[in-house]
Order: sequence, then C-alpha cells, then structure tokens
Amino acid sequence: MSISGLEFQAAAVEGAPEQAVEGRSQWQLTWRRLRGDKVAVTAMIVIVVMVGLAIAAPAIAALVHHPPNIAYPNTGENAVGNPVGPFTNGFWLGTDDTGRDLMVRIFYGARISLFVGIVTTAIGTFAGVAVGLIAGYFGGVVDTILARFIDAVLAFPYVVLALALAIVIGPSLTVIIGVISFFSWAGISRIVRGQTLSLKEKEYIEAARSLGAGPFRIMFIDILPNLLAPVLVLATLYIPSAVVFEATLSYLGLGIQPPTASWGNILAAAQNFYQVAWWYTVFPALALLITTLAFNLLGDGIRDAMDPGTERLLAARRGTKRRRLERRAMKGAGPSDAFPDPPRQAQPPAGLG
Amino acid sequence: MSMLRFLIRRILTGIVVLWLVASAAFLLFFARPVATVSRQLAGREATPAVIAQVTKTLGLNDPIAVQYWHFIDSLLHGNLGYSYFTQESVNTMIKQDLPPTASVVIGGMILWLVVGLGIGILSATRARSFFDRFSAVAVLIGLSLPTFVIGEFLLLIVFVPLNQHGFHWIQDQYSGPSQGIGTWIGHMILPWITLAAVQAAVYTRLMRGQLLSTLGEDYIRTARAKGLSERRVIFRHGVRSALTPIVSQLGVDVGQLLGGVIVVESVFGLGGLGQVSVQAIDTDNLPVIIGFVIVAAAFVVVANIVVDLAYALLDPRVRIS
Repeated sequence: MSISGLEFQAAAVEGAPEQAVEGRSQWQLTWRRLRGDKVAVTAMIVIVVMVGLAIAAPAIAALVHHPPNIAYPNTGENAVGNPVGPFTNGFWLGTDDTGRDLMVRIFYGARISLFVGIVTTAIGTFAGVAVGLIAGYFGGVVDTILARFIDAVLAFPYVVLALALAIVIGPSLTVIIGVISFFSWAGISRIVRGQTLSLKEKEYIEAARSLGAGPFRIMFIDILPNLLAPVLVLATLYIPSAVVFEATLSYLGLGIQPPTASWGNILAAAQNFYQVAWWYTVFPALALLITTLAFNLLGDGIRDAMDPGTERLLAARRGTKRRRLERRAMKGAGPSDAFPDPPRQAQPPAGLG
Repeated sequence: MSMLRFLIRRILTGIVVLWLVASAAFLLFFARPVATVSRQLAGREATPAVIAQVTKTLGLNDPIAVQYWHFIDSLLHGNLGYSYFTQESVNTMIKQDLPPTASVVIGGMILWLVVGLGIGILSATRARSFFDRFSAVAVLIGLSLPTFVIGEFLLLIVFVPLNQHGFHWIQDQYSGPSQGIGTWIGHMILPWITLAAVQAAVYTRLMRGQLLSTLGEDYIRTARAKGLSERRVIFRHGVRSALTPIVSQLGVDVGQLLGGVIVVESVFGLGGLGQVSVQAIDTDNLPVIIGFVIVAAAFVVVANIVVDLAYALLDPRVRIS
C-alpha cells in the first residue's frame, strides 16, 4: 500500500462521526428484534386487548345491560327453553342454558383465567428460581435432596394429585392457585439448577468470592441476571399452560364453582348442549384458544429474539442462497478462488476447561 | 455388568419413590375428618352409637400409626384394601377398570409418538417449506388447546354428524377388543386422537428442534461426504442422536399422560380407572383413591425405568456414570 493510501485511511478515520458504533444491552437488542417480529407483535396486541376486555368486563356488562349472573328466561331462551343464538334479542354471542349473556360471561371468565395464569406463573417462577439457584449453587447433599424432589414432582401424575387436593381442601380460587403453582415451579427449577451449575464455575464468580461476597449475594446479584433470559421465556410459556390447567380443573368440576364464570366451567356446562347450541361451546373455546395461542406465540418470539443464534442462522441462510445463485451463474467458468473456505477457528483442546 | 447394576439401582430407587407416594397419599386423605365417612355409611337415620360402631369396624379410630402399619402390611401382601361402600376388593375393581384405561394409554401413546416424531422429522428435513410452516401452526394450536376441548370438538364435528348420517363405526363409550378389533378401534379412535393431539404437538416441536441442530453438526457433513444415502444420514446419524433428549422428556411426560387419561375417559364416558377414581374422590372412598394413586405411581415408576433403559441403550455415556 502506498503512503498516500495510508494517509487517505488516516484522514477517513479522523473524519468518522463519533457515534458510529452504539453500545446496546442485551435487553435493547432483544426488544429491537422482537419489534421486528410481526407475529410476536400481533400476539402482544391480542394479549393487551384480552387483558383490557377482562378488566373492562363490568363496563361491558353495563353497556349491554346484562350482568353476568342474571338469567333472562324470556329473551334469553327460545320456546323450548334452549339457548338463543348470536345476535338475538341483544345477546351478541347468544346465551347459555339458563339464558345468561354468553359474551359477558366469557369476559368475566377471562378475568379468572388471566388472573390464575399470571399469578400462578409468578409464584411458580419465584419459587422455581429460588430452589434451582440454591440446589445448583450449594451442590452436595442440598442439591441431591432438592434435585430428587424436583424429579419426583415432575414425574408425578399431577392432575391426579390436583384433583385429590382440590377435593380434600374443597374447591376454591385459592386452592386452584396453590395447586397450579405447586406443579409449575419444578420445570423452572430444573433449568435454573442446570444453568447455575455451569455459571458458578466461571471466573467472575471466583472473583466475586475472592472479594468477599457471600453466597446469597453471588446467587442473586451475580448469577441470577444471567439466568433471566431462559426464565423469562419459560414463564411466558407457563402462562398458557396454567390457563389450560385451570380450565381443565374447572371442567372436571373441581375448579371455579358456578355461578362464577370461568372458561372451564362454561365449557363443562356447554357439554350437554353442543347439539342444539354450537355457539355455547365454540365461543368460550375460541376465547381460550386465542389467549393461549397468543401467549405461546409471544413466548416463541421472545425466545427467538433472545437467541443471538437466530440472527446468525437467518444471515447464514441468506448467505447460502446467495452463494448458490452465484455458483449457478459461474457454472462452467472453471476453478476460481472466488469462494474460498471460511477461515477455520482453532478449537481449544478438550479437557482443559 | 454395568447395565445390570444400573438396572438394580433404578429398581431400588423406584421402590423408594413408590413408598413415598403411598405414604403421602395415605397421609393426605387423613387430613379429612373420618366422621363424614362413617356418617355416610351408617345412613341418614343413624344414631351416634351406630356411627361409632361403623367407625370401629373400619378401624378409623385407631391411632394413625396403627392404621399406617395395617396399610403397609396389606400393601406388601399385594392387597390394596376394600371399598368402604360395596366391600368390593380394590384389586378386583382395578382389574375390572384397567382395560379401558390400558386401551387409551397404549393406543394414544403409539399414535402420539408416531405422529409427533414423524411430523417432526419431516419438518426438520424440509425446514422452512410449506409443510414445515403448516405443521408449526398445527403444533401451536395443539399446544394451546386443553385436552377436553379437543375431545368435545371431535364429538361435535366427527361423532355427531357421522352418526346422524347413518355411519355408526365411530362411537363413544368403551368396547373391548374381544368384541372385534374393528369395533374396538371404532370406539377408541376419537379418545386416541384426543389424548395424542396435545402430546404429539410437544414432540413434533422437540423432534424438529433437536434434529435441526443435529443436522448442523460436522459429523453429519462427514457422513454425507463419505457418500452415504440421505436416508441413512438422517436416520442412522441424525435421528438416533436427536432421540436422546426426547427419550428423557418421555419419562417426565408419562406422569402427565395419566392426567390426560382422566379427562379423556370423562369426555367419552369410557369408564376406566380415571373416571372411577374421580367418582371415588367425590364419595370419599379412601381405599379406592389410594389404590388408584399407587397403581398410577407404579406405572410412572416402571415407565421411567423403561425410559432410562432406552436412554442407556441410545447413549452409551449414561451407562458409565
């Protein structure tokens, strides 16, 4: 390279704008990737709308003048006493078997479902993270006992135990929340324990310890922030399964008791009417499906957005496509050094870590 | 040799787990006052004396330690006790109710694994194709719907219309294989699909993810480079190593399967262990419930041992540790 070339480069560096490279945290990067994911954004909007409708349920009831637990035998049932269909007599989504407004009951049911889903996931996540951190960090006997306990909870036929507990203590919202939380921490614990086991061997933990940090400071200040990404993804995916769990318990008659509306008990009651009133089964099932689907899609979106591999994967695919096109164009052009093998990085020998 | 030791260790842990579960079930149901049971059995007009008599006959007044001793003792003799109400042996009841449950579990599991793993393999080898996207949507819907909703929809859109139009092969209720295999399948096909749907979705997703990352490994490129057929590369080199995490997940899911069985049995009115135990819970029939919990736990423990063995066969490294 000539002297003038070097001078030119130096001039270019001096003239470069100061803020050319901006540092971004992992969360900022995740958020940027998530915003670009149309499916995840739609899922987020659906969840916000659903939460809004659940909060606004009393207002909606007032708007259509149909409180959730009032039956309308005259306008809400037809001549033989069966539910009336959608858009009849001011019932937008029809009525149920006792002539109550189905739409209002679905929105009231959303309050229960979303509340149970979010609260149990929050409890399960906190408990799961705490147990997983303690088991993974302390190791030894503590770990053996906790890990066996986690395995036992995971392998237990939990619907059986949930049914038994709900019966023994008597069905109520508190029991439901307790039962679902009890069965949701173990999966999170297992992941957190595994991650903690590998994180605690890192040099920066050793550094923290040599600076005099106690075990709880290391667990919660040094290790926990590095675990938040997988925990957040798992938690988003636990909400829909908690919603489904609540619906199943209520469906079996062990969850929310009528007349309080929940998606599970509406669907249980609709069971005997599916031949005469399709809307009675279809609308609550749709509400359930849309909600759980939205949470599942959002969870997937967050996972993809947090995984730096996704971007590399997409870039790599674009790369192979371009290379394939170019190769086709070059066919018959003979050997060339236009596509050298990618430089190999030296792999550290195994067993030195 | 190491395999045998591995097996013995697993069986011993299994026995400990069973003992823990049995004890937990025993204690759990003593959280409830015994007066309710005696009162129900003695009838509505019973005098306090009669109620006391019933309580005494059932041994409900003995100290818990004594009752626990009796319970463990008869359990070791293979006796699960007798129903409070009909005096029927719980062993006989479970034997009677086992066929529908076994039918649902076995058929459902085969369907779930075949469909789940099959679609997973197809999606992974055709990543980003139309088929892959379509199956991803189906998987998400399967994951988002509770078992009972799938069952009810099948009743609504398959069972009812077919029977209305004179096509009576597909039925609800239970009919054993002794009535003819065709009839049995006709009765069980909807329960199988219902049970398999949710789980198949989970396994499709797992299989696809695992196989995709396995197929990116260097040794797969080596296998292709040495000229193996694509089928051999995918099945002998790809699927085999992608299966290990799936098999370990299977051990966890067997327990959850039983919950699904209870729901499926209620939706289709199949009878069976699940439905009977829900009824037993309703009537406080303690021996029947404990019997079911123990049988369920035994099933989970045995299934887990089988899964661990399969795991050890697939992954030689497990046997050493």
